[in-house]
Amino acid sequence: MYVVYFAWVRERIGLPKEKIETQAKTVSELVEELKAREERYALAFSDLSALRVAVDQELSDFDASLDGVSEVAFFPPMTGG
Amino acid sequence: MTRISVQSEPFDVGAEVNRFSEGKDDQVGAVVTFTGVVRNNDVGTLKSMLIEHYPGMTEKALQKIVETAVERWSLSDALVIHRHGDLRPGEVIMMVATTARHRVAAFEAAEYLMDYLKSRAPFWKQEITSDGRSWVDAKDEDEDALKRW
Repeated sequence: MYVVYFAWVRERIGLPKEKIETQAKTVSELVEELKAREERYALAFSDLSALRVAVDQELSDFDASLDGVSEVAFFPPMTGG
Repeated sequence: MTRISVQSEPFDVGAEVNRFSEGKDDQVGAVVTFTGVVRNNDVGTLKSMLIEHYPGMTEKALQKIVETAVERWSLSDALVIHRHGDLRPGEVIMMVATTARHRVAAFEAAEYLMDYLKSRAPFWKQEITSDGRSWVDAKDEDEDALKRW
């Protein structure tokens, strides 16, 4: 599964995209796994209310299942227009 | 029929509006356009605005927003162009255009497109000023604006 990051989430974690092997069943479980890895992940995911998530390029939420999912993205609230 | 373009290149608003307005059927009574421009900050120190997006998802999200507007306001056509990359104050960031039988539908649909693409299309703005770089925070009022729809 690919995990992609945008804006300040990308900057805090220090990379735009990575391939990971995970047993996580939900986005929340994936977040916990990433936070346990290294300080920079813990920092990026310290306040989930400041983050949005997309699952296979559709806006989703932290309870979403990862069953059959190929790409999860984390980013701050969007500022288009 | 509708067109969505996410691009780094500048575009000619006048030419886009003309192209969009041409060749519509004679039931179209209104063409509404909105153009967004990079605004300087209050103290005039903005050097540029860097716009990042999520290639793939951006186009899908915009397509969905446009389809919803077309259906809800029975639009005969809609256009969204949004730039990404490094833009200077005064440069055009984006435009939307809608056509409908009547002006109220065309105006409302254009506002709907704007409200949704501000907070539901994956774009992020970073301001580069003489003091450094900072990500633009989403505003509560932009999120609140969605509630009227």
